[in-house]
Amino acid sequence: MPAKPRLTREQIARRAALELPDGAYVNLGWGIPNLIADHLPAGITVYFHSENGILGMGRRAKAGEEDYDLVDAMKVPVTLVPGASFFHQADAHLMTRGGHLDVAVLGGFQVSEKGDLANWKIPGAKGPGGIGGAMDIAAGTKRLIVCMEHTTKEGAPKIVRECTYPLTGLACVTTIVTDLAVIDVTPQGLALREVAHDWTPAEVQELTGAPLAVPGHVPEMRFS
Amino acid sequence: MKHKIYKDIDAIVADVPDGARIMFGGFGGAGFPNNLIQALARRGTKDITAISNNCGTHDGELGMLFKLDRIRHVIASFPGPHATYFQERFAAKEVTLELVPQGILCERMRAAAAGLLGFYTTVGVGTEVAAKKEERILDGKRCILETPIRADYAFIKAEKADELGNLTYRLAAQNFNPIMAMAAKTTIAEVEEIVPVGAIDPESVMTPAIFVHRIAQAKGIRYAG
Repeated sequence: MPAKPRLTREQIARRAALELPDGAYVNLGWGIPNLIADHLPAGITVYFHSENGILGMGRRAKAGEEDYDLVDAMKVPVTLVPGASFFHQADAHLMTRGGHLDVAVLGGFQVSEKGDLANWKIPGAKGPGGIGGAMDIAAGTKRLIVCMEHTTKEGAPKIVRECTYPLTGLACVTTIVTDLAVIDVTPQGLALREVAHDWTPAEVQELTGAPLAVPGHVPEMRFS
Repeated sequence: MKHKIYKDIDAIVADVPDGARIMFGGFGGAGFPNNLIQALARRGTKDITAISNNCGTHDGELGMLFKLDRIRHVIASFPGPHATYFQERFAAKEVTLELVPQGILCERMRAAAAGLLGFYTTVGVGTEVAAKKEERILDGKRCILETPIRADYAFIKAEKADELGNLTYRLAAQNFNPIMAMAAKTTIAEVEEIVPVGAIDPESVMTPAIFVHRIAQAKGIRYAG
């Protein structure tokens, strides 16, 4: 039997974008989260924070309008929205660590049932890894959403009872959006909120390394 | 008035000795003191401890100093996927690394600048960065003690300096520069433009002159990555 289709990275981003409240100050991490800026629902304004000292980061710069003193955390030239501001790196992280941002969205290698996050180093990978701003964000952000594939390329669950990869932060994740489901981290453990089209809660549980609380009716993942 | 302006970018780094601890500003290609880094490479200073967010982009930024094997130890938050010469030296155990969360890197430098001997934070609790650090509970939260990061020199990049050393930065190119400027014993700034005293509105000064010891107008590489 061929594998059932899962959501694309763009669809994960589109679903995660619906979690951002109007007017929110938001930090987007590398990977899938970075795609969210292109998938905001109509009528919603959010202010993107960049750890190099920008609040009110706009779309990527078009060819010809790049200014290499105005880049995002991925080194890509960007633009500003009206009302933007600049500040130094210490204040940029004061905003993350001090709980001033409303939401941050990060990529993840593993999330535990307690909301522990591992996202900066894969054991056995070449090189020392890189922490960047992830630990400051994990420690201080009011609402931390993780966007990732539900399983590794080899099919192992990335949502687990205990993280085995080097940790970024303890009990910091509030919601996980994957290519199969939306899952909330609650004081009682993981709670399944939505499943991808054509997938059942039992099938999602099968690919999850920790128990999921499943309500009587689990709606399909929505995109608007 | 103290004389801070150097005409020659090589003269400005001529006394930087082997084994120096040096902070390097810059993030994401913006605000790197690329001309000072190149001058230091020509100077030949070795066994450097480098403090910087990342570890270069191929030959660019700090890359040249790793390529030439001038850096022995580095304190960084994100060495970076294009830090090829650092990765080679690190794999060969020719350079050691202390990884520090980015905001904590800033705060440890700020602690040094501010005359503070340390601070407690929840960042990194339960992770590899907490190893060998004092842990306690404050306000009901697990936290670890972080200590200052000091340096002999800060190499920074600013947009404009007046002849006293008051600085302004452009767009997102300030990043680590204002923090490092305050944290080192000797701060060396490369700038796009030097203007007379009084030409920068006091309200617009971003790094006050007290933190800046040497200034050179850099005519060369702006973006090296």
